[in-house]
Amino acid sequence: MDRRVVVTGLGVLAPNGHGLDEFERALREGVSGIRFYEKLRELKFGCQVGGAPQGVEEIKERYFSEEQRFSMKSTVISFGAIAAVDCWRDAGFEVPTDASGEADFDTGAIIGTGVAGIDLMCGYAGPTIDAGRARRMGSTIVEQVMCSGVSARIGGLLGLGGQVSTNSSACTTGTEAVVEAYWNIRAGRAKRMLAGGVEGESHYTWGSFDAMRVLAANRNDEPEQASRPMSASASGFVPGSGAGILMLEELESALARGARIYAEIRGTNVNSGGQRQGGSMTAPNPFGVQRCIRAALDSAGIRGEDVDAINGHLTATMADPREIASWQAALGVAPENFPPINSTKSMIGHTLGAAGGIECVASVLELDRGFVHGSLNCEDLHPELEPYAASIPHETREMQPRVVAKASFGFGDVNACVIFGKWNSPDDN
Amino acid sequence: MEHQETFDKVIGIIKPFVKNTDKLAGADENTRLLEDLGVNSARLVDIVLAFEDEFDIAIDDEAADRVRTLGDAVTVIREQQQ
Repeated sequence: MDRRVVVTGLGVLAPNGHGLDEFERALREGVSGIRFYEKLRELKFGCQVGGAPQGVEEIKERYFSEEQRFSMKSTVISFGAIAAVDCWRDAGFEVPTDASGEADFDTGAIIGTGVAGIDLMCGYAGPTIDAGRARRMGSTIVEQVMCSGVSARIGGLLGLGGQVSTNSSACTTGTEAVVEAYWNIRAGRAKRMLAGGVEGESHYTWGSFDAMRVLAANRNDEPEQASRPMSASASGFVPGSGAGILMLEELESALARGARIYAEIRGTNVNSGGQRQGGSMTAPNPFGVQRCIRAALDSAGIRGEDVDAINGHLTATMADPREIASWQAALGVAPENFPPINSTKSMIGHTLGAAGGIECVASVLELDRGFVHGSLNCEDLHPELEPYAASIPHETREMQPRVVAKASFGFGDVNACVIFGKWNSPDDN
Repeated sequence: MEHQETFDKVIGIIKPFVKNTDKLAGADENTRLLEDLGVNSARLVDIVLAFEDEFDIAIDDEAADRVRTLGDAVTVIREQQQ
């Protein structure tokens, strides 16, 4: 049976907005979620700016009971749980008020993260254990720092009975989760899958990237201008955090329950560049990137010129021009015919394991609500990108894309690409 | 400390871990933490730690294992206080 997979729910907790309406408004208006952090200055970071969701404690109090919040001290857990609940409700389901009743064996979750529970591990568990007080830590550390902590928590909150798992593939994670969940449904293993990515807020994560000298360290006094993908003055990425989760659903299931359909997943691909042909642990093999995009197009049964818009990986490093060159080669279109391409990271920074999730949500919103958001801080376009200048909007374009391509690339030379298509009910055709 | 005062403090400590909060109002010495109040079994560790902090006592693993009901909790706490 050739099952079609559609998107029937979205949840987002981003540095520049919580919830679909706020996030859409931020994307349309170019609202930056990048802020200066005094703590990072005190810790002598080069990059003292970052992106993190705001008002999370207040949201947690509204969403979760005291008993549930007791084991939500790690931000990766709370960010993921909030976005999952939002997505679940957006898809038309009620969050169970207690744990009675059967599991929902038709629904699973693949919710990825880059670095699990590092805030709790480094900030509390490590020092407590080293002080000889391991037995005073209580019961909640393991469930919050285990890699699958976020998917496990979401599975319990919602009573999911399908596969509940966490994937991890660095900055490809969120998009890879969507691909894996898509295949779960295509294979008939589930009717619905929550899919996406989460990254907790932690200076321990951000500091590890700061140590690599890959973060933007020269705009600490201008935080909203610090994330500069595609810019000649890009000097590294701005670290971010948050969560983006999609409800993927078999088309027949969605139609049967009268669900709102945001988009169809037309095609997907995941691969690796093998850290060959110019690829390495930290840089993509361009041939691997191009193969990934082409394979996604092939699986969608479309050609490069059918792509109406691209949500790029585009982090604000020297890799940006190479990425767009790879898109151009994979799509096989001339620069003057290149579709609009944008970088959500220009507003929220690089949310690492959450990036693919949040940016897939952005891509689906663009399809559903008819726009392509602009990218901030690239008025001084990188010289290699001049041939594509007309395809790099600085402000939101009102348009009706029918196909949006989203790709993510990560350390380890891993790639993932999803082709989202506008879904019209047969009644509309 | 009077028995009832200890019981009331135990209720206050356990409250954040209770899923079946409606059962708390009529709870008595025989009320079971896991079965009746819906406390996650893993959280018994956290509850015992909270008892230790609140009453300034040490509860060893053997004593902790005896805490099944609210009455058991009061008994264990009062034993350690003597």
